Amino acid sequence: MARLMMRNMDDNQSGTISAVKVSGELGRRIRDMGLVPGTDIRVQGRAPLYDPVALRVRGFTLTLRNNEAEHIEVEVC
Amino acid sequence: MEATIALGGNPNSGKTTLFNELTGARQHVGNYPGVTVEKKEGIYIQNEYHMRIVDLPGTYSLTAYSVEEVVARDFLVNEKPEVIINIVDASNLERNLYLTLQFLERGIPMCVALNMIDVAKSRGIKIDEKRLSKLLGVPVIPIIARNGYGKHDLMLAAADLSVEKKQMTPLQISYGDDLDRTFIEMEKEIRANDFLTGTYPARWTALKYMENDELILSKGQKQNSEVAAKLENMVKNVSVHLQETVDTYPEAMIADYRYGYISSIIKQGIIRKKGDEQNRLYTSDKIDRVLTNRFMGPLIMLLVLLVLYQFVFTYSEVPVGWVESFFGWLGHLASENLADGLLRSLVVSGIIDGVGGVLGFAPLIMFMFFGISLLEDSGYLARVAFMLDRIFMIFGLHGSSVMAYIISGGIAGGCAVPGVMATRTLRSPRERLATLLTAPFMNCGAKLPIFALLIAAFFSESKGTLMFFFTLISWGGALIVAKFLRLTVIRGAPTPFVMELPPYRLPTFKGLVIHTWERTWQYVKKAGTVILGISIIIWAMMTFPTLPDSKVQDFERKQEALRGAAPSAIVLEFESADKGAELSAEAQKLKERLKVIHSKKAETALRYSIAGRIGTALEKITQFAGFDWRTNIALLGGFAAKEVVVSTLGTAYSLGEVDPEESESLSETLANSPAWSPLVAFSLIIFIMFYAPCFATVVCIVKEAGTWKWGVFSMGFNTLLAFTLATLIFQAGSLLGY
Ligand SMILES: Nc1nc2c(ncn2[C@@H]2O[C@H](COP(=O)(O)OP(=O)(O)O)[C@@H](O)[C@H]2O)c(=O)[nH]1
Ligand SMILES: [Mg+2]
Repeated sequence: MARLMMRNMDDNQSGTISAVKVSGELGRRIRDMGLVPGTDIRVQGRAPLYDPVALRVRGFTLTLRNNEAEHIEVEVC
Repeated sequence: MEATIALGGNPNSGKTTLFNELTGARQHVGNYPGVTVEKKEGIYIQNEYHMRIVDLPGTYSLTAYSVEEVVARDFLVNEKPEVIINIVDASNLERNLYLTLQFLERGIPMCVALNMIDVAKSRGIKIDEKRLSKLLGVPVIPIIARNGYGKHDLMLAAADLSVEKKQMTPLQISYGDDLDRTFIEMEKEIRANDFLTGTYPARWTALKYMENDELILSKGQKQNSEVAAKLENMVKNVSVHLQETVDTYPEAMIADYRYGYISSIIKQGIIRKKGDEQNRLYTSDKIDRVLTNRFMGPLIMLLVLLVLYQFVFTYSEVPVGWVESFFGWLGHLASENLADGLLRSLVVSGIIDGVGGVLGFAPLIMFMFFGISLLEDSGYLARVAFMLDRIFMIFGLHGSSVMAYIISGGIAGGCAVPGVMATRTLRSPRERLATLLTAPFMNCGAKLPIFALLIAAFFSESKGTLMFFFTLISWGGALIVAKFLRLTVIRGAPTPFVMELPPYRLPTFKGLVIHTWERTWQYVKKAGTVILGISIIIWAMMTFPTLPDSKVQDFERKQEALRGAAPSAIVLEFESADKGAELSAEAQKLKERLKVIHSKKAETALRYSIAGRIGTALEKITQFAGFDWRTNIALLGGFAAKEVVVSTLGTAYSLGEVDPEESESLSETLANSPAWSPLVAFSLIIFIMFYAPCFATVVCIVKEAGTWKWGVFSMGFNTLLAFTLATLIFQAGSLLGY
């Protein structure tokens, strides 16, 4: 068990969100899409230029920029 | 029975597809007042039902962050629909229910349309809709929007709800002890003071205060600042408390509990699925392995964009040709039947040419929207944004900006009118504005003949190389200006990219056709009104004041003199010959001489007109960029449409009307003119690349940006920018001795 920022996760790595450390519009959007603590996610891959990152969460695919993923803390196995 | 029914749901949940299925052709597209979000309304008629259906913009939530959310919320408040149909994607239930909960908390009669059950089924997902209905307390009807399955049951349920007219009790979710306690206090305060209770349920207002919703906060301030301050204070207290004890914000807590509530519903056997959902590879993921692959992805994307471009500009040539020949024929007809004079000039050059030129875009727009809708509805557009975002982000834009750039002429030869309209797919407001203001810098098809003319006259390098070079300049310019705008007038943090990559889906042909038709029709209506008006104004500027009689008589006398000097047989031959008939050498010579005088007259008249005077007056300034009055007039004419630059230059150089496609004579004249040099030509090319967009584009910018201010801005700012660049080039070049 280790905690790391989503930005630093490898492709195909899975984990559980432990905290979303941002408020305001960005925080709201992240949470609205279902990225709240306790949610299982898996990094699906990254764009050709390594940013943005694509996630599998709650059965759908979500993309966000690396600097947005920076605010999400994930517990990985 | 009659009722208003709103369709609400997440983007890509199938709202528009259901809307089309329900209303067919009985629909109307407009805008919500003051914003550029589309408002689609239609009528559903079945037996005794006659219901007004409104397609709300797709949203994930009901906060006040995006225009779409605000519009959807305002609609519910202001127009009070009898029923909301909440479309929910069955293959993506959890996230979709997040919005459903917010509708329920709002307390408007609602039924859930459980859409895409075909997709869910193919993924091995089965949903127990009866149990879901019981848990949510509203009807849940499974449908397949694509083929209309279940739509009548759905409307039956909606009709029942609107007949009952029963007041829904807003859903109350527990948000944890701390928040719940505060909510109770807040509600008490709200009820005691009738604070906003005319519009919102008390708990909803409390919730929005807790979520820090700016719109509601400012409404509250206006209604009763004392109560508002009290409520804000309660929120602050609990917020401090939460941060100290659990290190979180109330709004985060609210989202947590909502998702928790959803989980608790789903856990009660709502979803049955085969296999491991989280790690399962859907067909869509397999396609993405190729289409967004690090190496193949960009290549395929390039190919797709090239094909889109080809499709828009090559295949539309035939219908564009029809429109052009129709207006050509109409112009001819008018010329034949109207006496030479102002009326004829107005009808032919002002009305027919103006509207014809603009309607000529209609097929382009049609093809463009068809192509883009195909990419958007299939889900590919989201992948393009995903792959290119890293680059566009640097310039304060969004991955989807690429579409508008390419269509505007990012691949030389596009058109800014459909390009500006293509920014509609962008959901980030600031990025969208920066894109639509810079897209006109691309080299559209109408700028190309001017470049070709100048290249032929002044540059020996191959046309292909130079054109490529100019394309690079316009991309560079557009991106840099976009960055500049994002740092100044459209300043603001980047809109979060957080976006769904929807599964690949086959769009419906009906949807594509309806979509394409609506957009094209909107444009045509504009062309028929605003654009006709501007076209007439420009015509008047280039026509009035007309030459004084004495001047006209001068030219007539000269022509008479020529005729008098020629042998009468020749004059007779010349006058009685049919158009295009072979003339004897003598008669041909007479004809040319007469034409020279005629062209000289046209030049004098042009210079005498308002446009001519403006052009002449501007010479004092434009000389710094190397432009004389002739160029100035041509550039003024270019505001009507860029291809007019070439024909106006022709008139200004006494060559008569010059066909932009066959401009050898003009190119020769320019090459030999002492006022011109390669440096002037280069300066002019840069100016034309960057100066005010043609008015058809300006009209579209105004429409897409939602206010005329951005239209005025694009004319003023672009011209200033272009002039600065051209002057720098001309002055530096002159100093270096070019
Ligand atoms: N398989 C399937 N596809 C659907 C269904 N409803 C909509 N779609 C497709 O989903 C995509 C998005 O639909 P659209 O109506 O544009 O969604 P909107 O963003 O909510 O308006 C389109 O390609 C539709 O053809 C459905 O019930 N089944
Ligand atoms: Mg839609």
